[in-house]
Amino acid sequence: MLRWRQWQERIGRHLLQGITLGCVLLAGLMILGLLLKSWPLLQEQNLWSMLVSRDWRPHRGEFGYFPFLAGTLWVTGGAMLLAVPLALLTATYLSEYASHRVCTLFKPLIDLLAGIPSVVYGVWGVLTIVPLVKNEVAPWFGRFTSGYCILSASLVLAVMTLPVIIHVSLEVMQAVPRELRESALSLGATRWQTVKKVVLRKALPGLLAANVLGFARAFGETMAVIMVAGNVARVPGSIFDPAYPLPALIANNYGEMMSVPRYDAALMLAALLLLGVVLGFSVLSRLVLQRLQRRWR
Amino acid sequence: MRWSWRKVEETFFRCLMMAAVVLVMLILLWILLTILVRGVPALDWEMVSRTPRGGFYLGKSGGILNAILGSLFLTLGATLAAFVAGLPVALYLTCFRGDSSRTAAFIRTVLDVLWGIPSIVYGAFGFVLMIWLGLRASLLGGMLAVALLILPIMIRGMDEVIRLVPRELYDSAYALGATKMETAFRVVIRQAAPGILSTVLIALGRGMGDAASVLFTAGYTDALPSSLLEPVATLPLAIFFQLGTPFPEVQERAYASALLLTILILVISGVARWLIRRYARQVVR
Repeated sequence: MLRWRQWQERIGRHLLQGITLGCVLLAGLMILGLLLKSWPLLQEQNLWSMLVSRDWRPHRGEFGYFPFLAGTLWVTGGAMLLAVPLALLTATYLSEYASHRVCTLFKPLIDLLAGIPSVVYGVWGVLTIVPLVKNEVAPWFGRFTSGYCILSASLVLAVMTLPVIIHVSLEVMQAVPRELRESALSLGATRWQTVKKVVLRKALPGLLAANVLGFARAFGETMAVIMVAGNVARVPGSIFDPAYPLPALIANNYGEMMSVPRYDAALMLAALLLLGVVLGFSVLSRLVLQRLQRRWR
Repeated sequence: MRWSWRKVEETFFRCLMMAAVVLVMLILLWILLTILVRGVPALDWEMVSRTPRGGFYLGKSGGILNAILGSLFLTLGATLAAFVAGLPVALYLTCFRGDSSRTAAFIRTVLDVLWGIPSIVYGAFGFVLMIWLGLRASLLGGMLAVALLILPIMIRGMDEVIRLVPRELYDSAYALGATKMETAFRVVIRQAAPGILSTVLIALGRGMGDAASVLFTAGYTDALPSSLLEPVATLPLAIFFQLGTPFPEVQERAYASALLLTILILVISGVARWLIRRYARQVVR
């Protein structure tokens, strides 16, 4: 009986270890899989020249990613500009000013915002943001646009990244030791001075990490962006121009990718680029967050 | 003078922050109201009870039963798979590795990073896997991609719940002579069950709402899901395709479908939240 239980323990432990290892290897496997599929293209053409080339003509074997990279950066950059101040102000209020009751009331609402599927954000964008930009915002600047443009995509994306940034920032700020706040307040600082000079300063790396996470999230967002960004493969010149972000490129062209030579490799390379950028940013921010956690615990 | 400047600054920023909070809440309200107001008039019984008929995408009669059932099957399968693979990992992290373990911290970081990978990349990777396995766009392929997508969410969620199980419980179990496996699977699981269930529901909601990962892998069809190896329709893609048509009647249906999806997900996450609250109290502390 005892021996059987010992064996069970030993086998079980190894099994669990194996499954865990498998999950950790998943990240590596993803890179490997996408790399293998895009390898034929990488052998034929120089990666750097593809990244800076503006010509996207799959039928002629020309794959220039620059318009798509530029589109992604415009859209994501715009979204961050809009989302970061709003998210930080909200998180600061919930963490430093709001009573416990208000905070417990608002947190589920923010999670609710995070739980809405991206297609629904897309529908909302098409129904409200696109006409708003077309009929109100663009004429105000004296510009004409169909409404399916960078500004619309940025607005929708900003709303989608809000909950991510707020959630992580809130956690970081709430983890700042209580004593620090109390010392500042007892020295006669106002609430805002305490926030400005103590809490925000202490939480700065964590807040940065939170925003980078939001950036990574916005960078890879597909369905909502594809619905409002306009999808024209040209390097955009202003926020009222349409853009064709990288994720939209992958999602829009999967149907024909098997019929054109090297097209599948090109799309897999696009996925790999996306994965690389997001991995880089999120590894960086997670490392920062984890160091903070260890130091404050 | 100095004092009044401080006061002004304080008031200014307090107002700014309150405005930000109100704005965020208004946006949430705006989204929900838009979906509700545009969705309700287009929603009728035919939408949820029938499959698309001929000319459905030109505005003729039919419903999206194929997508509703497809989404349910696909997400349930994927959630089950992710649960079976994820539970051992979550148990391993806390029960076999201590809270201070460096390995566990490393694994958690990797999972957090996996969480942040865009779903379109999971879709592309799922597609690569399917080619290797010799599958074409099918229910099984979609399940595979969605299972991979929600695996990190599942593990990290369960991990957080299991970490809340008090240390004394382990010690009591060990003192009675239980092995670690027995403690993990008979004591810890039972203690964390409500939390685990709510994590599963949250992952379910996430899987159901995701479109980019099933785009390559599950395909789309007007027929009801019949076999694991056949393509299957999903709700998010139904919305996407319907909205992409130039016909207002079909676009109306996209709004109704969006409302349906939103309600489904809100109900699922509401139940999850209720479970956490309802059962959190009964657990030994």
